[in-house]
Amino acid sequence: MKTENQKAWFFVFPMLLLVAFNALIPMMTVVNYSVQETFGDNVFFWQGLDWFQQLLRSERFHAALGRQFLFTAIILVIQVPLGVIIALAMPRQGFWVPVCLVLMALPMLIPWNVVGAMWNIFTLPDIGLVGYFLNHTLGITYDMTQNPIAAWVTIVVMDVWHWTSLVVLLAYAGLVSIPDAYYQAARIDGASSWSVFRFIQLPKMKQVLTIAILLRFMDSFNIYTEPFVLTGGGPGNSTTLLSIDLVKIALGQFDLGPAAAMSLIYFAITLLVSWLFYTLMTRNDAK
Amino acid sequence: MAKITLQNLRHSYAANPVQPSDYALKQIDVDWQDGGAYALLGPSGCGKSTLLNIISGLLVPSHGKILFNDRDVTTVPPDKRNIAQVFQFPVIYDTMTVYDNLAFPLRNRGVDEGRVAARVTEIAEMLEVTAMLKNRASGLSPDVKQKISMGRGLVRDDVNVVMFDEPLTMIDPHLKWKLRSKLKELHQRVRATMIYVTHDQTEALTFADQVVVMQDGEVVQIGTPVDLFERPQHTFVGHFIGSPGMNVLKCEMRDGAALLGGHPVALEGPVNSGFGKFEIGIRPEFVSLAKEGLPAVIRKVSDIGRHNVVEAMVGDQRVAAVIDGPVPGQGEAVHLAFNTAQTRLYRDGWIATSPAKAA
Repeated sequence: MKTENQKAWFFVFPMLLLVAFNALIPMMTVVNYSVQETFGDNVFFWQGLDWFQQLLRSERFHAALGRQFLFTAIILVIQVPLGVIIALAMPRQGFWVPVCLVLMALPMLIPWNVVGAMWNIFTLPDIGLVGYFLNHTLGITYDMTQNPIAAWVTIVVMDVWHWTSLVVLLAYAGLVSIPDAYYQAARIDGASSWSVFRFIQLPKMKQVLTIAILLRFMDSFNIYTEPFVLTGGGPGNSTTLLSIDLVKIALGQFDLGPAAAMSLIYFAITLLVSWLFYTLMTRNDAK
Repeated sequence: MAKITLQNLRHSYAANPVQPSDYALKQIDVDWQDGGAYALLGPSGCGKSTLLNIISGLLVPSHGKILFNDRDVTTVPPDKRNIAQVFQFPVIYDTMTVYDNLAFPLRNRGVDEGRVAARVTEIAEMLEVTAMLKNRASGLSPDVKQKISMGRGLVRDDVNVVMFDEPLTMIDPHLKWKLRSKLKELHQRVRATMIYVTHDQTEALTFADQVVVMQDGEVVQIGTPVDLFERPQHTFVGHFIGSPGMNVLKCEMRDGAALLGGHPVALEGPVNSGFGKFEIGIRPEFVSLAKEGLPAVIRKVSDIGRHNVVEAMVGDQRVAAVIDGPVPGQGEAVHLAFNTAQTRLYRDGWIATSPAKAA
């Protein structure tokens, strides 16, 4: 017989309340805005799905979405392999383990807007350390406020600096959980170091890497603060990612209806890609 | 296949070992014949896994030498030693099929595919895993995984020695017995030198022709299962092997005769001379109830199936006896008789009697 314990509701209730106020109710408000037009003074006009249709046909939206996917793709392609390589190179025991772990954790502890401001000053062509060095010592013309490529390189490098550690720490946790016997068996079986990576380390890291990729996808796809502080979306619109564009529409132009529709589509894409990825990665395990 | 010689082997994990307790292995000299089945038996932490890792080459000993067929391999790395090892829990390459798992050690050594297929098929047949060769190895049960780990060791036909490091720890009890007999059968078929490390006396005694008993980094006794049971060289072996273990009873020596609580006890034969702490050792199987003999009081009777184990107090010492047939009740006063031929004297833990010359 199944025991039913109604007491559980009592324990879940505070959490439900919290989720309701910080997620469900705001989200329903957004849904409400997305199907109406408002001119202030709480006057609303029914709009149906017009905002969604307009948005999905808008070139501005396509461009921002394209930039967003490009950014996330670059980030994943760089950060995941780099994180794994660093994790493999880290010591497994001894004095240097805590030192490495702390060094790795440091970038992640810095507030996001500070990261943006730091890299902004760091890369200023006249007084920034890197900016000055590139322009005046190496003679490479570099100014991310003028050149879109320089701006992209800068936000990518900044994000790699800020978040590769997350992949490193997760991959490292996966690596240290591999019992010594696996390495010993592989040595006795005469396996090369590539084989050890391919058949022992990579399979054992698969689960943590799935989580790492998922987290890095969601975070980089929703990134806002650092590029906003660093480039403000410029020069021109070259680094206007989806999130930056969304805030421009919502708080710059105060077009609440289109902005609400855009948030919902944004949310749906994030959810869909995460779900697809997770399902594909874990499908084999169920067999 | 090879003969294995351990010469003057000592090992310490400390950088600068000073006193004997710094050594995980104190002094090991052993000769293992080609094609034999050996067991290393001892409690956890006695150094048996250290010894195993030295033989496989995962560890280089601080002192001494290891010879395979009289060739010094002390500093040769594991992949060059041509050995195989099966670990405590199954090591399986999860992403490969069973076939690829078994083929892995051969492919790494550049064996051609035709030969690989022949060997893998043969070994799979022996281990009864032929039906699952195409399956992925990750979904298998622990006992099958362990069989495949064994298979990876046996698939190379030129291995010097196959080592097992407590391979049945993770296996369900009812499958342990099956795997153990499989292992014995494999040894008879492939005739490789095999070394089996365990803290389980049943595993050691059923697998091995010869058992090496270790304690605190030292070999206490090397012998056949029968030797270990009948003539333990040290009280530790007496305690450790047998269930219940040997009775070890403090005694006094007066004019060459042993006195247990003031009563004389006949020993198996002459005692070699010397001083120290004396103890009488006798297996519970050789203690019986008698009309006269050592006076004792029954403390506890436990039924262990075919026999009863009777615990009696002789003075303040506890003596266990394995008794068939009717047993006395708790608290009853009885007399115990020791089988003289199986009653040994130990001095400071080591055996001090020798068997009486046959008249």
